[in-house]
Amino acid sequence: MKKLLLASTALAFSAGMALADVKMGVLLGFTGPIESITPHMADGAEMAWNEINESGLFLGGQSITSVRADSTCVDSSAAQAAAERMISSDGVVAIMGADCSGVTMAVLQNVAMSAGIPMISPSATSPAFTTTDSNGLFFRTAPSDARQGVVLAGIVLERGFNEVALTYTNNDYGAGFANAFEAAFIEMGGTITSKVAHEEARGDYSAEVGQLAAAGGDALVILGYVDGGGSMLRTAYELGAFENFFMGDGMFGDELVASVGEALEGTVGTIPWASGEGADRFHEMAEAAGVQGQSSYTRESYDAAALLALAAQAAGEATPEGIAANILNVANEPGEPILPGELARGLEILAAGGEVNYMGATNVTLVGPGEAAGFYREYVVENGEFVTVQFH
Amino acid sequence: MEPLNALVSVTNFMLIPAFAYGSQLALGALGITLIFSILRFAHFAHGDTMALGTAAVIGGTFFLQAQGIGLGGLPTALLAIPFGILVMVLYLLAADKLVYKYFRQVKAKPLTLVMASLGVMFVTNGITRLFMGVGETRFEDGQRFLFTVREFREFTGLAEGMALRSAQAITIITALIVMVVLFWFLTRTRAGKSMRAYSDNEDLALLSGINPERVVMITWTITAILLVLAGTLYGLDKGFRPFNYFQLLLPMFAAAILGGLGSPIGAIVGAYVVAFAEMGITFAWRRVFSYLMPEGLEPTSMMQLLPVDYKFAVTFAILVIVLLFRPTGIFKGKVL
Repeated sequence: MKKLLLASTALAFSAGMALADVKMGVLLGFTGPIESITPHMADGAEMAWNEINESGLFLGGQSITSVRADSTCVDSSAAQAAAERMISSDGVVAIMGADCSGVTMAVLQNVAMSAGIPMISPSATSPAFTTTDSNGLFFRTAPSDARQGVVLAGIVLERGFNEVALTYTNNDYGAGFANAFEAAFIEMGGTITSKVAHEEARGDYSAEVGQLAAAGGDALVILGYVDGGGSMLRTAYELGAFENFFMGDGMFGDELVASVGEALEGTVGTIPWASGEGADRFHEMAEAAGVQGQSSYTRESYDAAALLALAAQAAGEATPEGIAANILNVANEPGEPILPGELARGLEILAAGGEVNYMGATNVTLVGPGEAAGFYREYVVENGEFVTVQFH
Repeated sequence: MEPLNALVSVTNFMLIPAFAYGSQLALGALGITLIFSILRFAHFAHGDTMALGTAAVIGGTFFLQAQGIGLGGLPTALLAIPFGILVMVLYLLAADKLVYKYFRQVKAKPLTLVMASLGVMFVTNGITRLFMGVGETRFEDGQRFLFTVREFREFTGLAEGMALRSAQAITIITALIVMVVLFWFLTRTRAGKSMRAYSDNEDLALLSGINPERVVMITWTITAILLVLAGTLYGLDKGFRPFNYFQLLLPMFAAAILGGLGSPIGAIVGAYVVAFAEMGITFAWRRVFSYLMPEGLEPTSMMQLLPVDYKFAVTFAILVIVLLFRPTGIFKGKVL
C-alpha cells in the first residue's frame, strides 16, 4: 500500500511538474463543528498562495494550486481518507492543516508520516503535539493550549472568580485544553466544582448545563467551539445557571455574537493573536481581497501556507522532503524578516540563496517541530463587540 | 420553602425541557407509527424529511419576515407552517410515486422498502443541505420567553429560578392539540376509519371497497403535517441543524417501538418515556437533593446515574430492552 501510494504520488507529481504546477493541500473541516470558521481559514491560506503566484517568482515561475479537502474536524477516518486522496490522487507535496487536534493527529500518524508529507496545522493546539515525534514532518503556527490554559486560569483568578465550573468540547482539543486549565487553575489556588464534556452540534444542552448547575460555581469556563460552546453558554444563561462566562480560543467569532446574543455580554476570553505590523498588514490585505481576516485562525492559516511555499523555495524544489527540511529555517532567525504582503521579497531573497525569517501575521516563531511560541489576546464582550483588554 | 426550591430546580433543568422534547418526539413517532401500520415499513427518511419540511417553513418564514408580516409576540414560523406542509405533502407524494409505489406493487418485502426509504433519506438529506447548508439556522422570532429565570426569582422570591420559553410552551400546546385532532380523525371520520381498516387487514379492506391509493395518499398527507409540525417546533425550540434531525431518528423509533408500533397512543406514551428517561437518568440530582435532605446530610456526589454523554445510550438501551423482552411494546403493537 505504501509503495503504491508513493508510486502514485510520484506519478501524479511528475505530471504536476510538467505543468509547472505545484499542488498543496488545504485540509480543513468544511463540514462539522467548526465549519463556520474553516472557509475563512482556507481563504486565508489561499490568499498567501495567490500572492506567491502573482509574484511569478516561485521556483522559477511555477504556481501553486490549492487542493481543498474536508477533515470534518471530528471524523478521523474521513479525514484520513481525504488526506490520502489528496496525496495519492491529487499529488500534493504538503498539507496546510488539519484543523482540530484529534483529526490532525490521526492524519499525521496514519497518513502523512507514512507518505512523508509535511503538515503545518494552523489550529491544532493540543499539548500532545509538543511531545509527539513526527519525524520532523509536523509543524503548527498556533501555540499549544498548555500555555493558553495557564493564561486563561490567571485571567479568571485575577477577575476574582475562585470557584468555577468547567465544560469542554469532547475531543483532543477540548480535553487537552481543559486539563491544562484545570492543572493551572488548581495550582494557582482556585477550585473547579465540576468538569463536564459536551458534544458539538447537539440540539439541546440543558442536561449538560443542569449537571454544571448542580455543582455550582461563580462562573462557567467554556473551552469549546462556537457551535456547541455557544449553545452551552446561551442555555446556561437562559436557565439561570451561571451569569459569568470565560471562554477559550475556539469560541471566538462573530457568529458567536449573532447566535448567543445578550448572554455573551461581559464574557471574557482568550485567543492566540498577533498585534503589531504583521497583523495590521494582514488585515488590510484580507479586506482588500474580500477575506474575513478577523475570523479565528485566518492569520495562522495564511502563515502556514506562506511557510510551506517559502520552504519549497528555500529547498529549490517542491518536494515533501525539501519542504519539511526547510520549514524551521524560513520560520526562524537568522534572516530578513518577512511580513504579510512581502512574500515576493522573501522568494527573491531565497532564490538568491539568502535567508529569511518569516514573521507573518502572527509573529511566527517555531520552537522545533510541533510547537509554536505565541501571544494571546484577552478580550471582553461589550455591546456585541470583542474589546481587547490586554495581550499576554 | 426548601421543597419548593427543589421542585423549581428540577422543573427548570429537567421537566420543562423533557416535556417539550417529548412532545416533539411524539409528533415524529406518530408519523413513524402511522407509516408502519399502513404502508408497512420502517420509514428511515423520517428525520431528514422532517428537516426538509422545516427548511420549507424557514424559507416561508424568511419570506414573510422580508414582507414585514409577523405574528407580534408569536414566532412568524407558525404562519409559514401551511406552506411547509404543502411542500412536504407534494414531496412525500412524489417520493411515493417515484420510489415506494413500485415496491408496493411488486409486493416487495418490508426490508426492501426500508432500504428504499434509506435511499430517500440520503436524497432528502442532500436537498436540505443544498438549501440550508450544514450549519445552524435560527428562525425563532417574537417574544423568546414567557418568563425568564430572573423574572421568576423576583416574582416568587425563591432562591431557585425557572424559565419558560415561548417555543417550549407553543410546542407543548400544539402537540396536545394535534394529538387530540389526530385521534378524532382516526376514530370518527370515514377516511380515518378506512385507514385503520386498511391497517388491520389489507385484503379485507380492499374487498370492502376501500381504495388503497387513497389511503396511502391520506397517510402521506397526515405524515407530512405531523413531520412539519414536529420539525418546526423542534427547530423553534432548539435551532435548525440538519444533522440533529437525522439524529432524532433513533429516539423517534425507540418511542414508536416502545409504545408499540402501529399504536398512536403508544407512540405518544413512548415518546414521553424516552424523553424523560434520557433527561432523568442523565440528570445530576445533587442540587435538588441538597434542598430536600436535612441539614448536614446534603449529598457530596453529583447523584447522577449516567454521565450526560450517554444520553443516546439511554435511548438505545430502551430500544434493546424493549426488543428483547417485549417486542410488541407497551400497547401491543406489531412486531418489527
